[in-house]
Parts: sequence; structure tokens; C-alpha cells
Amino acid sequence: MAAPIHLPVLRAGTPYESLNKTAVSHIQTGEPLVDVSQANRGLAGRDLSRMESHRQVLAEVPVADLIAMSKSAAESFVNDTLPVGEGEQSLDDYVASLSGTTGMPQALVRRNVDKIYKALSEVDLILDGLTRGLDLTVLDEGWTVQGGRPLSYICQTNALGQILPSNSPGVHSLWVPSVPLKVPLVLKPGREEPWTPYRIAQAFFKAGCPKEAFSFYPTDYGGAAEILLRCDRSMLFGGGATVAPWRDDPRVQIHGPGQSKVLIGPDTIDRWEDYVDVIADSIAINGGRSCINASSVWVSEKGDEVAAALAERLAALVPRKLDDPEAGLAAFGNPAFAEAISGTVDAHLRQEGAREVSADYRGERLQKLDGLTFLVPSIVRSEPDHPLADTEFLFPFASVVEVPSSDLLDAIGPSLAVSAITEDEALIDGLLRSPKVERLNIGPLGTHVVSWDQPHEGNLFDHLYVQRALQRAS
Amino acid sequence: MSDLEARVKVARDTLNAHVREMVAWHFDPATGCPFWLDYADRLDFDPRDKIERFDDLQLLGHFEDEWLRGGPVRRWVPKGLADQPVSVFETGGSTGVPKYRINIEDYKIDYKMFSDHLPDEGFPRGGDWLMLGPTGPRRLRLAVEYLAQVRGGICFLVDLDPRWVNKLIKAGKMQELEAYKNHAIDQALTILRANDNVKCIFTTPKLLEALCEKVSLQKMGIKGIFCGGTEMDAQFNRFAREELIEGIEFVPTYGNTLMGLAHSKPFDPKDNYAITYYPPNPRAVIELVDPDDPSQVVDYGQTGRIALTTLTREFFIPRFLERDEAERARPIEAYPWDGVENLRLFSALQESVVVGVY
Repeated sequence: MAAPIHLPVLRAGTPYESLNKTAVSHIQTGEPLVDVSQANRGLAGRDLSRMESHRQVLAEVPVADLIAMSKSAAESFVNDTLPVGEGEQSLDDYVASLSGTTGMPQALVRRNVDKIYKALSEVDLILDGLTRGLDLTVLDEGWTVQGGRPLSYICQTNALGQILPSNSPGVHSLWVPSVPLKVPLVLKPGREEPWTPYRIAQAFFKAGCPKEAFSFYPTDYGGAAEILLRCDRSMLFGGGATVAPWRDDPRVQIHGPGQSKVLIGPDTIDRWEDYVDVIADSIAINGGRSCINASSVWVSEKGDEVAAALAERLAALVPRKLDDPEAGLAAFGNPAFAEAISGTVDAHLRQEGAREVSADYRGERLQKLDGLTFLVPSIVRSEPDHPLADTEFLFPFASVVEVPSSDLLDAIGPSLAVSAITEDEALIDGLLRSPKVERLNIGPLGTHVVSWDQPHEGNLFDHLYVQRALQRAS
Repeated sequence: MSDLEARVKVARDTLNAHVREMVAWHFDPATGCPFWLDYADRLDFDPRDKIERFDDLQLLGHFEDEWLRGGPVRRWVPKGLADQPVSVFETGGSTGVPKYRINIEDYKIDYKMFSDHLPDEGFPRGGDWLMLGPTGPRRLRLAVEYLAQVRGGICFLVDLDPRWVNKLIKAGKMQELEAYKNHAIDQALTILRANDNVKCIFTTPKLLEALCEKVSLQKMGIKGIFCGGTEMDAQFNRFAREELIEGIEFVPTYGNTLMGLAHSKPFDPKDNYAITYYPPNPRAVIELVDPDDPSQVVDYGQTGRIALTTLTREFFIPRFLERDEAERARPIEAYPWDGVENLRLFSALQESVVVGVY
């Protein structure tokens, strides 16, 4: 058995081996894969008090050069063997390691790699979308003239904190534009997924990016709180209890439960069979673990038929080995966690008003394969006031809810992504005006369909910069 | 027999004699406290007849700290000390009816013993102290003040309420927590700036970090720091010595209201910053026991749960299972009895315990 890799803390890019390390093992074999140095809370805090000088280093690199580095990093990320601790890691090794510690099948990891590649290689297009076409030399010069008017932006922070999840590496595509936006990153990886942020940092270093752009602090709850307190801008990924204390802090962009939804309008419900693929993908793509996976489907009628068709379609998604190219379900690193989730679903199902339609089409919800534990897709037919009607779980789960068409808009709760399969202008207008909907896809576009020139869960540029008034005497 | 082995044997004999003396005191109807006399009435043996050495304390089972919760507090006052002035200290930072420990002279005796092990270069005689740690009804507040006094200094104090801190943590009010910490730090800085003779500090890891962010304690003339709290581990020990207080004497400590104060092994680069604590035998003894069979002491180097025994005339606690675990460390010349290394929260309880940030 090979010795586990050691991943150090990166203090403004400089490796630091801590006396405290967390061992993370392969969820199937139990083989220790990585020892991750843990930053004590005070160490992270002390470093963060010095971030202004690190930002200054990035500020001196032209945006165009940083964009070029991002494109170069994209190629390295997918093609090169990159440093990992004291050793090196090929893309294949990275995919296998990530899959081994998180339970995400290698096939899904590779799709997420594509997503990260796209975010890095097309960062200029992303920035164009985020800034609505702003001439980015304004970040080099401090001001520019656009449409005959002086225009100036001021950065709101010396670092962008990231409290990251382990559920899907694709989320890392959200923060990579921070480098060309000249804001150093402070990354607190998820316990099981230190791999991707570390590899992205190494890809940038290889592209010539200043080391000061990346700090990497595997740490505990206290360390995470320190990052959120010290960075004037952060993103926080986590469940309801994790994000709750920070909801009222405008410096922290929350990426909590999405409660994303598909709506089928009264005008299209008769053609529901045409949309089963789109809805099934919305629920289950990427293992059904992302906040943009749909957790409920709202219709004005034919709820039973829609639920049955989805249950039948998703029953084909069965547990497979992590290296099976057909695998689409993620395994749980901690079987007790899967049992707890399944127990919660069962407890809610005992309450009148919901029925698990999938039970007619597949075996038990919790299934084992070669020592791996899975939760297979679950479609529930639910009344609108039932607790399962708008609840998100960490596996492909969705409720099909029927409400009168006139109540559709009022019935849905806050939603990260809504796919509105309708041409009903009144319904579309209502959704466009609704503050409950963060991302809106109109037509048969799944909740997971993301256009890179559109902001995702808040606009990173707006999070980092604010426009200021500027006048110069002529 | 090596010199150390001989010292270990002497220490063990001393401990066994001390056990006999303390059992005789606490179970004598003329001198014991109502709690232990009542306890003895329910036994089918007289502890004074059966307990002749430390290992015989197993006959009394494990002390339960819940017994300390609530009143009447006087049930813990030994009759033999009934005419003495009594203080009462509360344990922990949780709210609700507190757990009490009565105290007469113990904290002074413990801290005088501790003082005898402090180096004068780091903690100069006549130097004043800053106490920046939990105050209120806690033993530590009076104990650190006494430590300063016994070394000829005066102790300056900052209010710090760990129960409020724990409430903020449980409520997830991290920004308020930060504000409370800053409030304490501001007061500490005011004291340090206004009193040139403050040479020594007691504080916790988190507050030490916060202080060092504002000022160089070395430049402010601080010579020694005595530091304890939930974050004190090898990594913090290294971080503090390398990055926070280079050149200042740093003495980690482990203590609580029930035991008193353990002493740490003097710093040795060969230990790679691992901290080893030795209890103040024979007044307090720490054993590391198998969590599944607390009658068994684990081997040296093995992990065990802490079983604490306190043996003073004021207070008798046989084999209380603490919320901490550690590795069992061998005796050393300065402390020829078992120590504990790499102390941390007992892993089986980690999910349920809220540790303070103080």
C-alpha cells in the first residue's frame, strides 16, 4: 500500500506542514489516501490580517495577463501532471483520488473537470457576462471612460474567502474568476475534497500566477468562522444549519440548499411526456447532489402520471462501481449519513399527504454494492402543504406537487433555480417579477443548465467590486 | 533500580500513604463532610478499613460530577474545617444549576506549588500580572491573582463570562462573539499600556492570538505567558512559540476546578511541541483508563480517558471520568509519576460538547 499523500496548508502559496493532520481514506477500501495538514484557527487569522499586501501583488499584474494565466491553467488542469504535496498527480490520479474520498463516480468527476476547464478557459467570456461588457482595463487603471462618462470601481475586500463543500467539484468553477478580478483566494476545502482547489492553485502557479493569489487552509469550524469574519467578501457553501448564522451578513454570499424546481405550466401540461427527460436530468444529473438539482416538480394537473413516469425513468439509475463509465449515483462516505437521510424521508412519509411512487419501480431506497452505500432515486407524490413538498436531500429526490394553475406562483417557496416549462406569458411575467426565484430558465431547459455568461447564485463581480462616483476637472 | 525508578517508587509510597490519610479524614464522623459520611453509611464496608493504597480507591466506584450540581453546598464542607471561611467555585461554562466545589485553602496551595516550578526569568518576582481569562465564580480568577501575589506582584483583571460566550456559539452569533472578544482585548490593551510593570500574563490561546494581533507583547515588556484552554495542543504550542511570542517564556497548562492545576513538562525541542502534563501528586492523580473498562489503566503511549482523583483535606474525588482523553506518558525526574500527552476532548463526547472560545 502506498503511503498517503500529504497536502500542506498553503500560506499565500507557501506550503506549511501542520502538526495536526486529518487522514482521509478511500470510502470503499479504507485505504488512507491523503493526510491533510490542518491550519489552526489562529494561524489562518494571523495570515488574513496580512492580505492587503497579497492583493497588491495581484493588483500589479494586468487583467489581460491574469486572463491568459487562467487559460493556461485550464490546459494544465486537464493535461498536466501537477504537484500534490511533495509528489505529483496526473489527471487520472486526481480523478481516482477525488472519487475515492467523496464517493462521486469517476465518470461524474470527469464531467465536473470539463466544467472547471470551461470556467478557466473561457474566463474572459464569464467576466464579460459578470461585468455586462465592462472594459476590464478599469481594474488595471482604476478608472476608464465608457460612453463618454468616467467609470471607476473599487474593490471591497483584500481576499475572497471560500468555505467549500465536498459534494461536487463543479462548484469550484464559481470562484476561479476571482484571480483575473485581482482578488486573492482564501480556500477552506471540504474535508473529503481538498483535491480540486489544490490542483487549481497548482495549475495557476504553473501558468505564472503569483503565489499570493492562493491561500489554502484546511481547518475546522472555528477556522472557517475566522475566514468568514476576516475576509470582507466570502462564499459559504453548506446546509441550512451551517449557513444560518451568516444569512444576515452582506459580506457573505450564501450557497445553501437550493430547493430548485421545475414548473410545468397549464399550457404545456398536456405535452408532459415530452419533458420527462429534461425533468429527470434536472433531478438526477451530477448524482442529484447539487443545489441546482430539482427537488420538486410543480404541475397544475396530471401529477400522478408525471410522478409515475419520472419514477420509472429514474429507476434505471442504479448503484454502480466508482470506475464504471455508466455510473451516475454517488456513494456515501459515511453509511450512517445515508441511513439518517433515508430515515428522515421515511419519517416524513409516515405523515399523511405523501407517497413514495418510486417504491413501485425499484427495490429499497438504501442499497449496498461492494461495500459502498447508495441512496437510489426517490420520487414522491406530495400534497403542497406536506413537509416533503419542498425539501432537498443529498441524493436524487423530488416531490411532484399538484396545485391549481392560479396558485402556482404563490405556492412555490424560495428557489435557487426554476425551470418554467411554459409559454404562458402571465406565468412567465409572474416568475420574472418574483423575488423568490434566483435563476430562471424559461422553456424546456433543465434547472442544471447554466449559461456561463450569466451569474450563478449572485454575481461575483458585484460581490467584489462597487462602482464609485468619479469626477475629474478638465 | 535506576534513580528514576527509585523516585517513582518513593512517589508511589507517598501517594499510598496520602490516600490512607485522606480516607481516614473524609470518612471519620468527626472530620468528614456530610456527603461522604452519608455515602459511607450506604456501603457494606468501612473505607478506612479497606482502602490502604491508591488502587483500593476502585472500591468506591467512580465519582459523578452531577453530584456536585445544586445545593446544599455545605454538604461538601468537612466537619474538621467547619470553622474556616469557605469559598464556592462553579465548574464549566454551561448554564443551568451549576456544579459547585467548595474551597478553603486548596487553590492557594495548588498555585503556590505551581509557582515553585515557574522560572524566575520568565515570571520575574515582583512583576505584575494580567489575568485575561474566565472570571466570575471561577477558581481561576482568584487562583491567578493569588499566583501573582505569591510571586510579589499585583494582578490586573478583565471580566470574561464564558457562559455568554457559549450562548453566542450555540446561537451561531459569530459576529457578536467577535465583538465580545474585541471588548475583552481592548480592556487588556488598556491595562498593558497603562501599567509598565505588567510582566506576566495568564490567558487562553484564542485571546493570546487576538492580543498578539494588536501588539508585540515582547516589545511591551512581557516576559512570561501562562496559557491554558481548549485549543492548547502541539500545533498551537508551535504556532505560539514560532509566530506569536518568540522570546517570551511560554508555559502551557491544564487545569480545572475539580483537580487544580497540572504542570507541563519543560519545553524540549526533541518533543516536537507535544505537551505533556503532570498532575500535582499526591494532591491530584490522573490515570488514563480504557473507556470501555475504566478499571484498566492503558499502557504507556496508548490513548485513554482521563480518570481524575483529587485528594485534599478539603475535597475528595475518587476516579472521576473526565471529558478528556490523552496518551499516557512516562514519569520524568521532575515529576516521577504518570503524565498525559496530547490532551484533547474525549472523542466519544466531541459531538455534544461546546468548547468555549475564551
